[in-house]
Amino acid sequence: MAFRSLPRLSDLATVFWAWLLFFAMPVQAQFRVDVSGIGLTQVPISIATFRGQSASNQKISEIVQADLERSGQFRAVSAPLAAMDELSIPNLSGLRQAGSDSLVLGSVSTLGDGRFDVRFRLWDVVKGQDLGGQSYAVSATDLRLAAHRISDYVYEKLTGDKGIFSTRISYVTKVAARYRLWVSDSDGENAQAALSSSEPIISPAWSPDGSQLAYVSFESRKPVVYVHNVSTGRRQLIANFKGSNSAPAWSPDGKTLAVTLSREGGTQLFLVNALGGEPRRLIQSGSIDTEPVFSPDGQRIYFVSDRGGAPQIYRMSSTGSAIERITFTGTYNISPALSQDGRWMAYISRVGGAFKVHLMELGTGTVRELTTSTADESPSFAPNSKLVMYATQDQGREALMTSTLDGKVKARLSGQSGDIREPDWGPFLKP
Amino acid sequence: MTKFFLGLCLTVFLFGCGTSVPLSDVPVTDGSVKGVAGAGQDGTGTAVNSVAQVDLSKGSLQASMASGPNVVYFDYDSYVIKPEYQSIISAQARFIKGQPSRKVAIEGHTDETGGREYNLSLGQKRAEAVASALSILGVPQNQMEAVSFGKEKPAVVGAGEAAYSKNRRAEIRIQ
Repeated sequence: MAFRSLPRLSDLATVFWAWLLFFAMPVQAQFRVDVSGIGLTQVPISIATFRGQSASNQKISEIVQADLERSGQFRAVSAPLAAMDELSIPNLSGLRQAGSDSLVLGSVSTLGDGRFDVRFRLWDVVKGQDLGGQSYAVSATDLRLAAHRISDYVYEKLTGDKGIFSTRISYVTKVAARYRLWVSDSDGENAQAALSSSEPIISPAWSPDGSQLAYVSFESRKPVVYVHNVSTGRRQLIANFKGSNSAPAWSPDGKTLAVTLSREGGTQLFLVNALGGEPRRLIQSGSIDTEPVFSPDGQRIYFVSDRGGAPQIYRMSSTGSAIERITFTGTYNISPALSQDGRWMAYISRVGGAFKVHLMELGTGTVRELTTSTADESPSFAPNSKLVMYATQDQGREALMTSTLDGKVKARLSGQSGDIREPDWGPFLKP
Repeated sequence: MTKFFLGLCLTVFLFGCGTSVPLSDVPVTDGSVKGVAGAGQDGTGTAVNSVAQVDLSKGSLQASMASGPNVVYFDYDSYVIKPEYQSIISAQARFIKGQPSRKVAIEGHTDETGGREYNLSLGQKRAEAVASALSILGVPQNQMEAVSFGKEKPAVVGAGEAAYSKNRRAEIRIQ
């Protein structure tokens, strides 16, 4: 996928104002985004229907709008934008009246070789500034990726944080007796099956470079750990020892996996080379120790243990020393996930009879409950540390959700029918 | 030529933001430009994020050998074998000792409440409790393997204690 930056348009004063005849039709969101709470600081943004996008099989402007809304940091504003593209000079005063602070204009055209040329420009409506744009020459299958790259550009320009829309996620579906491991866009769409099995698949975990997934498969009538190259389909057995093998977690350098093995009895933590080999015991206890996860700096491993009588989250050095308990509220705290910025730990806590995503600020130990649902599982962070994705139950079906860290903006990811579970958010991909 | 365009495009990408060149001056038909910033190829019809699919055909999972009642049920959050299941374990132990060449899998299961990985640990405890009980009755450790399915393979689908009590179990399977 090639992309280039667009030069800024010439000085506004030298060009004429475009006349606006129609109000754009309200864009139908592809995703249900629930916004709750008040006092949110959201950037009001208008996204014009890209000129010519109806000739492609993707509604670029709708994908961008849904991305930005899901982030919780933007609010879509319908505005008079008909028949405009990245070359148009918009009527900014009209947009200001509509309450919009930012504007995205763009176009989709067909290239001679059958690819599409997607272009856009971002405007700061308040300051009247052209904030630049880009063009992407892509095949039809990468149109959604181009849309997510546009979202990333807009998000970074307007919030200062890196966008995560062009990253990939993985999840598992169960439809009838068929289990599938999927790799999809960050919005759950454009899913491609990496693995299909008649036995369960759980605990997918992205390698730090985004090329491989480690997971637990029951295909040999017991849980064993595989590492699976996503683009080639090559699979390697990493842990297939006597008893159960589960809970793979990558070290940040991608060279080591922490795994849970019962080869010597009990449920215990080991380290194993990511290319395979003999596991090394991390710690020894008479209790359940499982669900390891490395801190982003690789110095620590967080894990779940019932050594205190009930499952709680602990941490230790990556060599297995200096064990300390982290969670103190409640009697069932599991499935820790750490944000890349090192600030946050998301986990599942049982409250009453309900299992809910909780968020702990590691520096202070402050905990907040993130959801109102009752059967949450498997939280993971977006690589920019701004969103949490998790599995839950919605109207009797398993579903995937994203939530902002304040819990105020949640979106249900679509893209698959049936039960959807075990999400893991992949890393930023190297450009 | 390709390299020239590649360099040109990178230059435009890196330094183009501040220029005021009209957009229409930028070359549009850049079929020779490949992979300037994408994660993979482009212009070849291959998607940047292609995924190869692996389909595991229904493998040769062995059916277990019939050996009478072979399921031990557990209380909530417990892996203690209740006295009423001792007779099942004794009968299974006698049977297994007559089949020294057969491998025995003890499969632990949980109800659907709670996390998948933590339930895998609880199922493992149940399986190991039954394996230990069989071992005490003379079944060799190296003939047995205690494994867990956690909550992945419920015997009865559905919510509520009626289903849950049937799912908190360990199954003895002689292969």
